[in-house]
Amino acid sequence: MAAIKARAQDRTAGTGMTYPELTRQTRNAGEHLHHFHGGLRLRHNKKISCTRPVERPPLPECLVVPLQQHAGGPAEAVVKAGDAVLKGDVLGINVEQRSARIHAPTSGTVQGIENRPMAHPSGLVGPCVIISPDGRDQWSSLDTLPDWKSMDPQTLSDRIRETGVVGLGGAVFPTAEKASGGRVANVHTLIINGAECEPYISCDEMLMREHPDRIIRGSCILRHACGAEKIVIAIEDQMGAVQRAFETALEASGAENVSLVKIPSIYPEGGERQLIQVLTGQEVPLGSLPADIGLVCQNVATAAAVADAVLEGHPLIERYVTVTGEGIREPRNLLALIGTPVAHLVTQCGGYTEAATRMVVGGPMMGYALASDQEPIVKASNCILVMTEDQVTPPQDEMPCIRCGECARVCPAQLLPQELHREIRNNLWSEAEADRLHACIECGCCDFVCPSQIPLVDWFRYGKDELRQQALDQQAADLARVRFEARERRLERIKQQKRERIKLRKQALSNRSEQQKKVAAAVERASNRKSGMTEQGSEE
Amino acid sequence: MSARRFSTGPAPHLPAPLTVAGVMRQVLYALLPGIAAHAWFFGPGILVQILLASAFALGFEAAMLKLRGKPLAKFLGDYSALVTAVLFALCIPPLAPWWISLIAMLFAIVLAKHLYGGLGHNVFNPAMVGYVVVLISFPAVMTQWLPPRGIAEVSPGLQQTLVAIFSGTLPAPLSWDAISQATPLDTLKTGIEAGRMVPEIRVAPIFGDFGGLGWEWIANWYLLGGLYLLYRRVISWQVPLAVIGSVLVLSLPAYLFDPANNPVPLQHIFSGALILGAFFIATDPVSGCTSARGRLLFGAGVGVITLVIRRWGGYPDGIAFGVLLMNMAAPLIDRYTRPRVYGT
Ligand code: SF4
Ligand code: SF4
Repeated sequence: MAAIKARAQDRTAGTGMTYPELTRQTRNAGEHLHHFHGGLRLRHNKKISCTRPVERPPLPECLVVPLQQHAGGPAEAVVKAGDAVLKGDVLGINVEQRSARIHAPTSGTVQGIENRPMAHPSGLVGPCVIISPDGRDQWSSLDTLPDWKSMDPQTLSDRIRETGVVGLGGAVFPTAEKASGGRVANVHTLIINGAECEPYISCDEMLMREHPDRIIRGSCILRHACGAEKIVIAIEDQMGAVQRAFETALEASGAENVSLVKIPSIYPEGGERQLIQVLTGQEVPLGSLPADIGLVCQNVATAAAVADAVLEGHPLIERYVTVTGEGIREPRNLLALIGTPVAHLVTQCGGYTEAATRMVVGGPMMGYALASDQEPIVKASNCILVMTEDQVTPPQDEMPCIRCGECARVCPAQLLPQELHREIRNNLWSEAEADRLHACIECGCCDFVCPSQIPLVDWFRYGKDELRQQALDQQAADLARVRFEARERRLERIKQQKRERIKLRKQALSNRSEQQKKVAAAVERASNRKSGMTEQGSEE
Repeated sequence: MSARRFSTGPAPHLPAPLTVAGVMRQVLYALLPGIAAHAWFFGPGILVQILLASAFALGFEAAMLKLRGKPLAKFLGDYSALVTAVLFALCIPPLAPWWISLIAMLFAIVLAKHLYGGLGHNVFNPAMVGYVVVLISFPAVMTQWLPPRGIAEVSPGLQQTLVAIFSGTLPAPLSWDAISQATPLDTLKTGIEAGRMVPEIRVAPIFGDFGGLGWEWIANWYLLGGLYLLYRRVISWQVPLAVIGSVLVLSLPAYLFDPANNPVPLQHIFSGALILGAFFIATDPVSGCTSARGRLLFGAGVGVITLVIRRWGGYPDGIAFGVLLMNMAAPLIDRYTRPRVYGT
């Protein structure tokens, strides 16, 4: 723990503050609101999907459950074709610490494990478990932990890990990992992120309206698991219904040390680092985690999933998904099983309108375009947005950068996107690194305002990949050099040993030959003597 | 169920609220009231000059695009050459001969813009390069200003204006001696240099309440246009504020200590091309600074240099020189005014 504090202290160098000062400031999270740099006031467009109640669509004919739905590596399948599974059975186990388990969303038969397009911007294929539901939707045996309050935080973390809960705000980082990390770093405040700042997305808002109690219970469990004292629930100031729902639920729950904070809706305020800045006025030092300044952030849907995992024993197999946009006839929120093909959800929402031209997973600012509606919903899919021709960026008619500086004005990371773009285009990699390309959170603000319509975020993704690759190459080269040098040393050592051995042997040989010589001489002498004697004798 | 396929593209998926052409168009709209005021006070010459300069600018732009193998429609449609032409035309005397525009646009578009790499790559403000070239080369022509409406005894009509511009000589019975008059800044400068007191100089009918008669009204309309651009977020506030602020801050003590030799600060602001320069010329993004602090420094530099030239230099107004000199300093300023990155 001391080591972590020391690490944080190193990184706080630029902020002119020491570690205790930083945490003292973050301790009062939410008491006064602050600003983050730049950002955009976007039209919310959330109402269209909030007018209909959330429904559970009928079971689809087949579920496609990818084994890679989280930050770490893919899970390893523990079922095979023909296996019968119950709802909640484990389909894949995590092989690495940062990966997560995958569970069966319903009961049925495993059809096989196939490579299918993963719901991922790269469009790569990956292994998916295909399940044909038996229609009974029968749960496997469930194990609940009703007296979690008296339990060891590690036990809670383990339960959260076993149930495959990951951050549902988009980062899909395993929640148990984050909680354990928080405990190690001695965090004091748990921030529950209900600031859903991207336009169109309303799944968190609907969840907060309908299940504030679950969120509060889950938050308390998470607080216990990560060892924090306080909970700050942050919601946007335009969410009036949510505020009322929370206030009632908070009163009913009797939870202590929980505060509800309304923050102005400016995109990308839901970003972890921006939210922390608004609540505490403090920046998370670059290269550090919020835990290093005493904070842990979790999304509201994650908190609800934790409550389900601990109190009901339910693994993460379903989530709220907003299906919306002008390309959808009846926009609404659905409670969808992981693995449901997108097309099945669209059918539940009245189908497409004529003008539907682009399908986006996520919001219009950071979401990625889907090429086909057969891809499944995964843990990260918060929204299916179908846009129409006139809403979408036209095929880029890119102009040269006119250095207007709009991009820098709106950048929440306080970068100079125009400079980064120039550097990446001209392969000035060390400059791009010095200008902190890696601090870009890919929020898209710069790209949106750029009058020259330069696809800045695309360039930044490419640039980051390139830098990462270079670092890897460098590592590989370093490793190769180290290996080469080690080999040289080993060879040298072997040669040396050989030389020594030869020397020894030579010495031994020469010793031996000396001895032999001595022996020979002695023998000679003796024989001389003998012959002398015989001679003498014969003479005698 | 058959799969439905969609077109893809990188995020963000929303179209930009503003395009380059949109920015430039807004600048042109914002200049309209000032242009109208100019035409009201100094006659139709300005309109002819705008048309002339625009025609030359677009001609050179098209030729250069063709030479450089760039798509004509895309870049001609960005209106940047038009903005250069109009800003230049607003700075020259209304009856200047046609070849003034030709030479200025040659330098502005061909040299200052395209030889540096075209839109987005020019180091210097093209309009000001063109203006300074003709100002230095043809000082006599560039100082033949007309008196504003109200004190002009005769003002040339459209036909006489056309004759003057295209033949270079005034049609009878007009003569330069009869119609041309020094600008207020000129009058002030020669007056001070001749050892006269500012209040004494200012009684000349060419002065108005703050600046020159007529000039101050034109400046008001430019100011209105500039505020519109600020409101539309086409320009940022740092540059105009710094230009005007630095001029005020520097000229106020001078005026307070020595009112006989220094004009009222507001006179500085409302005469010459200061307002036009502060809102429309020094705000050119390409040749200016990009960071907020950099823009403050840039604007302050323009203001200081303008004042210094007005006071001690060889020209009555100095905004063009101020802008060009600061253009040179811009990359350096940008280097030293980088914002602190989040979390560092
Ligand atoms: S917004 Fe676009 S045009 Fe303006 S400085 Fe940034 S990259 Fe250049
Ligand atoms: S995408 Fe990156 S560079 Fe652009 S505004 Fe967001 S953080 Fe800044």
